[in-house]
Amino acid sequence: MRQPSLRHVLQPKWRTALQRLREERSRGVGRPLALAFVGAVFWLAAYGVLYRVLKYFRGVEELGPLLAGKLLGLVLLSFVSILVLSNVVTALSSFFLARDLDLLVSSPVDWLRLYLAKLGETLLHSSWMVALTAIPILTAYGVIYHGGWLFAPYAVLTIVPLLVLPAVLGTAITLVLVNLFPARRTRDLLSVIALGAAGGVVLLFRLVRPERLARPEGFRNLLDFITVLRTPTSPFLPSEWATQAIMSDLRGGPGAPLDPLPLALLWTTAAAFVTLGALLHRELYATGFTRAQEGAERFVRGTFWRWTIGWALGPLPVAKREFVLKDIRLFFRDTTQWSQLILLAVLVVVYLFNVKALPLFSGEQIPYFYVTLVAFLNLGLSGFVLASIAARFIFPAVSLEGRHMWLLRSSPLDLRALLWSKYWVGTLPLLVLALILTGLTNVLLKVPPFMMIVSLSAICGLTLAIAAMALGFGALYPQFETENAAQIPTSFGGLIFMMATIALLAWVIVVLSGPVSVYLNSLYTGGAVAVNARMVGAFVVAALSCALATALPLRVGLRKMESFEF
Amino acid sequence: MIRLENLTKLYGSFVAVDDITLTVERGELFGLLGPNGAGKTTALRMIAGILRPNGGRVLIGGDDVQQHPLAAKQRLGFIPDRPFVYEKLTGAEFLRFVAGLYGQEGDGVERRIAELLEVFELTSWRDELVEAYSHGMRQKLIISSALIHRPACIVVDEPMVGLDPKAARLLKDIFRQFVGKGGTVLMSTHTLEVAEAMCDRIAIIQHGKIAACGTMQDLRRQTAAGNVSLEELFLRLTGGARTRELAEVLGGGESE
Repeated sequence: MRQPSLRHVLQPKWRTALQRLREERSRGVGRPLALAFVGAVFWLAAYGVLYRVLKYFRGVEELGPLLAGKLLGLVLLSFVSILVLSNVVTALSSFFLARDLDLLVSSPVDWLRLYLAKLGETLLHSSWMVALTAIPILTAYGVIYHGGWLFAPYAVLTIVPLLVLPAVLGTAITLVLVNLFPARRTRDLLSVIALGAAGGVVLLFRLVRPERLARPEGFRNLLDFITVLRTPTSPFLPSEWATQAIMSDLRGGPGAPLDPLPLALLWTTAAAFVTLGALLHRELYATGFTRAQEGAERFVRGTFWRWTIGWALGPLPVAKREFVLKDIRLFFRDTTQWSQLILLAVLVVVYLFNVKALPLFSGEQIPYFYVTLVAFLNLGLSGFVLASIAARFIFPAVSLEGRHMWLLRSSPLDLRALLWSKYWVGTLPLLVLALILTGLTNVLLKVPPFMMIVSLSAICGLTLAIAAMALGFGALYPQFETENAAQIPTSFGGLIFMMATIALLAWVIVVLSGPVSVYLNSLYTGGAVAVNARMVGAFVVAALSCALATALPLRVGLRKMESFEF
Repeated sequence: MIRLENLTKLYGSFVAVDDITLTVERGELFGLLGPNGAGKTTALRMIAGILRPNGGRVLIGGDDVQQHPLAAKQRLGFIPDRPFVYEKLTGAEFLRFVAGLYGQEGDGVERRIAELLEVFELTSWRDELVEAYSHGMRQKLIISSALIHRPACIVVDEPMVGLDPKAARLLKDIFRQFVGKGGTVLMSTHTLEVAEAMCDRIAIIQHGKIAACGTMQDLRRQTAAGNVSLEELFLRLTGGARTRELAEVLGGGESE
């Protein structure tokens, strides 16, 4: 039988992508413009930072090119590590859990086409972000080292096999894992391992205090340092080949003869990997796919939440209580959800560690001025951290309920009760976190009582508002089609929510800066703090702003939910 | 018990449900039939309060679903055709959750859960996550959830999909007993034998309008069809006779 072309097998995917693009275009230019703006800002920032760093390196005799090469090697190595992990997770969905697999596996499409089609899909889904991030980085290298126009296609030629290799490797790892464990169990395992590993790396990186390397005393062993720079990380790493390929081209300059070995190594290894991956797929896919259809947890008693939270919520009406219990159970039974708490814990530890590491207490006296200033600015930073967490956990709450709306809308459940439950299930943990972040930071900074009261009150008000805004914007921009909760905050609505939250944070900080500056002034002059109408007015405005930012989004969100149709 | 008055639903310029007026009495099992895309599911979803009509209204036990949604929905049990259930809840937890939505709790609910799981042979699956359930088991769980609060009327979209013959028979018995005790069932189905055997009255919907409505005798009289089956009536009313001719031409399979 004549086999369908690879293009034909992939047809539903690219046609869907094109249709989405058309739908996006028909919705107007606001959304693409906002996304383009954010993308451009990110690119320019990445390019700007790297441009400055590379320019500095270029100015350093002897050591400069070595440092630039080392930096590129590290960047590409981290890209490859991220890509392997991301491909393992993506391959699990595309090869074993995707909805189109029943159709593809039951149709007479041969194993090689299925493998190549799914490998391409996995590669695209897991690598696009890394590929986009690589653009400003490589552009900066090209510009600083005068790579010329030919550098762009040469860089693409170097990066493509570097994307293929982790995709094949990740897919192969997944294939083996699925043959050992059921697919759903593998997904759970992977998400915990991946996040645990990521959290561990971040924690380790922060705790070794890399900023100490920047101090002059760190350069005592210069010769050792140069020796380390000269040796490649490992001659067998593809990221090292890619670094050599790019740096040899850049160092030689336009027109100079190229060393073809690194590029040849990259491409031949990629081809060999695809071949080996395909052979492995032929041997293991059928059994793995069968196993992927099995496997869900069995026997969950589920009495823990009922006897703890359920008991504590006893006075509430039964609909609200059951809704809260349901949300808590779903969260803790979904490994992809709760495992993110690992990262959150790491984030909090790193944050507190950073505050503790601030060089504020070098003298004997407590520097109240700086301490107050840092505590005040900390308010904005904590707010931003809380907004990011709200974007991840509270913003998707309404979207995730979408597929179950048939039940909620056909029952006599008041949508206000639904919104109430979602709000408090999200807000209470956020509030606890906010108080820990701000309170502990203030204790570490040894702030005076005035700042302690101001910052704790402000963060409470802000948290209530941020949670309401996350829920409100989540209802205004729902993503009912998305099954993966982690993708929902990266949508357009998520972006708008983050922008609105940053605006609120800025506004509250500006409003509170009046009373805080009066307080700082009195600290500086040693006089008493003048509590006047202006100060009280500022506190009232800040409180009203938070109250409005809480009530309005919830109200608008409720109206929007009432108009949902399914 | 259920009354639709001039019910209309538009999707853009497409009229999905076109000015339907219909009454389903207490103690009646009413069937809504129609070809694919005729507007059955849209009509049922408006009755359940999931979709808002562009015109007209739905009354359940005298309460307007849009004006007094809580009172109307309290009387209703809805079973959709493609239901999504919370995968990470167990069967018992899901039923307890649904009972909570209707304001019910306590020992009565626990007894009812045990009773329904027993009837639908899901007792041994009670503490398993729904993600482990088969399609048919999920369907049974959804049906149980629609019955958990002892509704006065049940609105059900394609009730027999995914059920094994034993469960299908059980469901038919449940529905018959339910209407026997004064309950009301409004169901849409493509299984004409089921509709013919079970329904007291039938409405055939085509292009969003009711093409015919009444008992089997009424339908035969309206179409002047004589003593024909519901399938024949359905095909006459929905223009399916041409389809059947086509099927006869094409259905011979590959000729050697």
